[in-house]
Amino acid sequence: MIPSEFEYCRAGSVEEALDLLAQKGPDAKILAGGHSLLPAMKLRLNSPGAVIDISGIGELSYIKEEGSHLVIGACTTHGDIAKSTLLSEKIPMIVEAAAEIGDVQVRNKGTIGGSLAHADPAADWPASLLAGEAEIVLASSSGERTVAAVDFFQGLFTTDLGENELITEIRLPIPDAYTKSTYVKFEQPASRFAIVGCAASITRSNGSCDKVRVAFTGVSSTPFRDQAVEQALEGQAPSDDNIEAAAEKAAMSVEVMGDHFASQEYRKHLAKVYARRALQAVLS
Amino acid sequence: MGVPISVTVNGQHRESEVDSRTLLVQFIREELRLTGTHVGCDTSSCGACTIIMDGKAVKSCTVLAASANGSDITTIEGLAQNGELHPLQEGFKEEHGLQCGFCTPGMIMTAVQLLEDNPQPSEAEIRHGLEGNYCRCTGYHNIVKAIYHASRKYKEVSHG
Ligand SMILES: Cc1cc2nc3c(=O)[nH]c(=O)nc-3n(C[C@H](O)[C@H](O)[C@H](O)COP(=O)(O)OP(=O)(O)OC[C@H]3O[C@@H](n4cnc5c(N)ncnc54)[C@H](O)[C@@H]3O)c2cc1C
Ligand code: FES
Ligand code: FES
Repeated sequence: MIPSEFEYCRAGSVEEALDLLAQKGPDAKILAGGHSLLPAMKLRLNSPGAVIDISGIGELSYIKEEGSHLVIGACTTHGDIAKSTLLSEKIPMIVEAAAEIGDVQVRNKGTIGGSLAHADPAADWPASLLAGEAEIVLASSSGERTVAAVDFFQGLFTTDLGENELITEIRLPIPDAYTKSTYVKFEQPASRFAIVGCAASITRSNGSCDKVRVAFTGVSSTPFRDQAVEQALEGQAPSDDNIEAAAEKAAMSVEVMGDHFASQEYRKHLAKVYARRALQAVLS
Repeated sequence: MGVPISVTVNGQHRESEVDSRTLLVQFIREELRLTGTHVGCDTSSCGACTIIMDGKAVKSCTVLAASANGSDITTIEGLAQNGELHPLQEGFKEEHGLQCGFCTPGMIMTAVQLLEDNPQPSEAEIRHGLEGNYCRCTGYHNIVKAIYHASRKYKEVSHG
């Protein structure tokens, strides 16, 4: 299968990519790892007039500590994130999410920025980025803005990303020392996309759960932070009963998806199960 | 629309002009005539088209040839040196790691990166490392044995 014809433009820098985006207009598509865009183009579900290849922009591929944040360049591959010792020390759920994506070849090409822009409802990244209170940096030829992950995801394949904007960076606040986090998922056995993915990050002090962040992907058309679960556990001691009671509240506030992989009821059940597993893992 | 590209394939420098929509696997098979790299699913799933690009296993049906500009590529044809099989090729031969052979080039190229990252993998690690490659014949057992065979050979080579 061959994509329909398009003009190929190679961007050597962020500046060049932004100029090309401004020049080529709404008919242009950014190409990063190509592992969502090219399959769609081959099936002619997407036929852009121009493709702006940012895969060679070295300055968009990095993981580093910057003050109180860990920052990840948009073109950093899932594979590089999965191997990051810096992330694994400070925010393990990020590394766990990366390692769970697709297979080794997909992780070698696919990028975090591409996954966020694509906003597949079954994508792995949103859960851990929501639980980690990430911010997403968007650049265009007229400047730069930073959006909280909660405001970025807006629906099925829909985000706050403007037509002339490029995702350049993902910023994660470094949690304080008494924080543990994890990402667990029930995967679609062939593609390994998340049928239900749950990230949990909990900061403890004096034996009780001080700050609880729980977020889901795959459950609803938009990934979400589950405040009912969070609030049920915040201020509580981490007992089996408290964990169970909090997990029972999972996915109550959203429209749960149903499809040929998992019905609505089954997904809702899985959300509770995976919330419990995630909470147990961080509180054990 | 012609896009000039320059790549190194199996140690040889190649310059060409490709159509913007040419996939890397098409370039490798149809222009370079290196037909050891196979197309199974053409939908990024089966791994038959796996090659090594800048040290990493990638599915060449899901990469534009134009994007490969400047890269260093190894295909199955580039593994044997001076008529001597690569330890992985030998492992597949010794352990009956193939039946029809369709998946084999992709399996071997994925295993090249697997052993580079982890020269002495456990059986579970080998199985996990092959999650992006499908085989419709062997049931995988002998493929796992073949890779294990190669890992022991690597050990002999590196420890004398
Ligand atoms: C077989 C297979 C299995 C997979 N399994 C999983 C899985 O288990 N979990 C999972 O989460 N994902 C999975 N994926 C998807 C994979 O993670 C993709 O790599 C990812 O969704 C897209 O990233 P990309 O870099 O390949 O983006 P591309 O395909 O290059 O682009 C995707 C979209 O994002 C836009 N875009 C890309 N980068 C930017 C940027 N920096 N700024 C603005 N827009 C941009 C593009 O224009 C396009 O619209 C799988 C894919 C395949 C092929
Ligand atoms: S042909 Fe490329 S993954 Fe199947
Ligand atoms: S040997 Fe036939 S597909 Fe693997």
